Amino acid sequence: MKKIKKILVLPLFILLLLAVSGCGRRPEGNVYTQTKESKTIYWGVKADTRLFGLMNIKTGKIEGFEIDLANALTKQILGKNGKAEFVQTTPKTRIPLLKNGNIDAAIATMTITPERKKQVDFSTPYFNAGQSLLVKDDSDIKNIRDLNGKTAVAVKGTTAVANVKKFAPKAKVLEYDDYGQAFAALKAGQGQAMTTDNGVLAGIASENPGYKLVGGTYTTEPYGIAVNKGQNDMLKQINKALEELKANGTYHRLVVKWFSGIPGFNVKEAEGLNG
Amino acid sequence: MAKILVDNWPQFIHGFWNTVWCSLIALFFSLLLGVIFALMEVAPSKLASAIAHIYIEIFRNIPLLVITMIFYLVVPRSGIKMSGFAAGTIGLALYSSAFIAETVRAGINSVGKGQMEGARSNGMTYNQAMRYVILPQALKIVIPPLGNQFVNLIKNSSVLAFVAGFDLMYEADTIAFSSLETINTYIIVGVFYLILTLPLSYYMRYLEKRLA
Repeated sequence: MKKIKKILVLPLFILLLLAVSGCGRRPEGNVYTQTKESKTIYWGVKADTRLFGLMNIKTGKIEGFEIDLANALTKQILGKNGKAEFVQTTPKTRIPLLKNGNIDAAIATMTITPERKKQVDFSTPYFNAGQSLLVKDDSDIKNIRDLNGKTAVAVKGTTAVANVKKFAPKAKVLEYDDYGQAFAALKAGQGQAMTTDNGVLAGIASENPGYKLVGGTYTTEPYGIAVNKGQNDMLKQINKALEELKANGTYHRLVVKWFSGIPGFNVKEAEGLNG
Repeated sequence: MAKILVDNWPQFIHGFWNTVWCSLIALFFSLLLGVIFALMEVAPSKLASAIAHIYIEIFRNIPLLVITMIFYLVVPRSGIKMSGFAAGTIGLALYSSAFIAETVRAGINSVGKGQMEGARSNGMTYNQAMRYVILPQALKIVIPPLGNQFVNLIKNSSVLAFVAGFDLMYEADTIAFSSLETINTYIIVGVFYLILTLPLSYYMRYLEKRLA
């Protein structure tokens, strides 16, 4: 009996290890070959960002511009049978998930920065974002310089803090885990303005009357699709597919579909056509 | 790893002291409230006992994060200014006090009934018997579980990170995101928490040996 137990324990242990490590791909392998074999691309996406990637509670699916673009890119890269799987990420988790191989690429409102370029590789920009401010309708804040001596709310792991400090050195910045919490803090009066990318703020403003964007964009921070460092094949495929989607009009159609209805939002600027 | 520590030393220390302050304030008030509500719960008065019971069940059964968020986001709407540090510390004190109350109550109940009867028959009032006979014995009994609650309290102070309370965890998040050295940063933070919790654990062990 004792012997049987010993024999059983080892395989069980190995099985457990496999179960724990089995979710996701080997980070050191070639992601492009792996996606071609499995006919599936695992995309890291946002699920809390209106217009880009937002969980629809009724259907249980994530919807948004980035989701549509990721679907189109998947078909472009893998052909008609290609499947896009979406994994929820936050600014906190997207790089570790890429490094661990849980996701193949991240299309998650991610600004291309030199620091991030040390950790991951970026595609060509797919959305020309820039930081803007969201304030209450009756606020006297007109632009970023008015923030001196005031408090701004932002989201951890974004480029917001560094940028606010650059334009308004005397501003205090409070950081939260996600946009929902940051906006709740703005509503509760913990800060006088919320700062983050214009696309994200437009999404919030479109759903919450009484709040407006002011001052236009004060930075140029294009979003790029991130892949793990060294995944050059995957990066090339994504860039090629993006180029093709821009050429055949699909990309333009998607931008218009998600952003044309928002007052004051410059669709052409977002596409990078005049800036 | 040393580089992150050196580069961000002021931030780590700033967060460390905020965590220490938050923990000390919350520790003091949760112990005070905890003992008061424990005494109320075992008191002969039905009303006092009911009030204590409701208080304990509410704060023990709502997640700490929710309590803190209510103080941070809902209370300011009534015009009271509430910083993240204040909201987190209040939330932490109330949440921990419920657990401490339950621990102390268990201690009081574990002191034999005969003790109270004996004290009362020697002419002590209920309050005197509680203060001089029951509580000293009860507190000795609950030192080990109380030590657990204190360690939990220090670790739970990381709730401040969610409401921009500038504690150790908040600074760690910021450092991790800006340096992208996520794992190393959190390992350093783990060590900082150990610096706080380990001596406390050993002190409680020491107290246990001294008094038991």
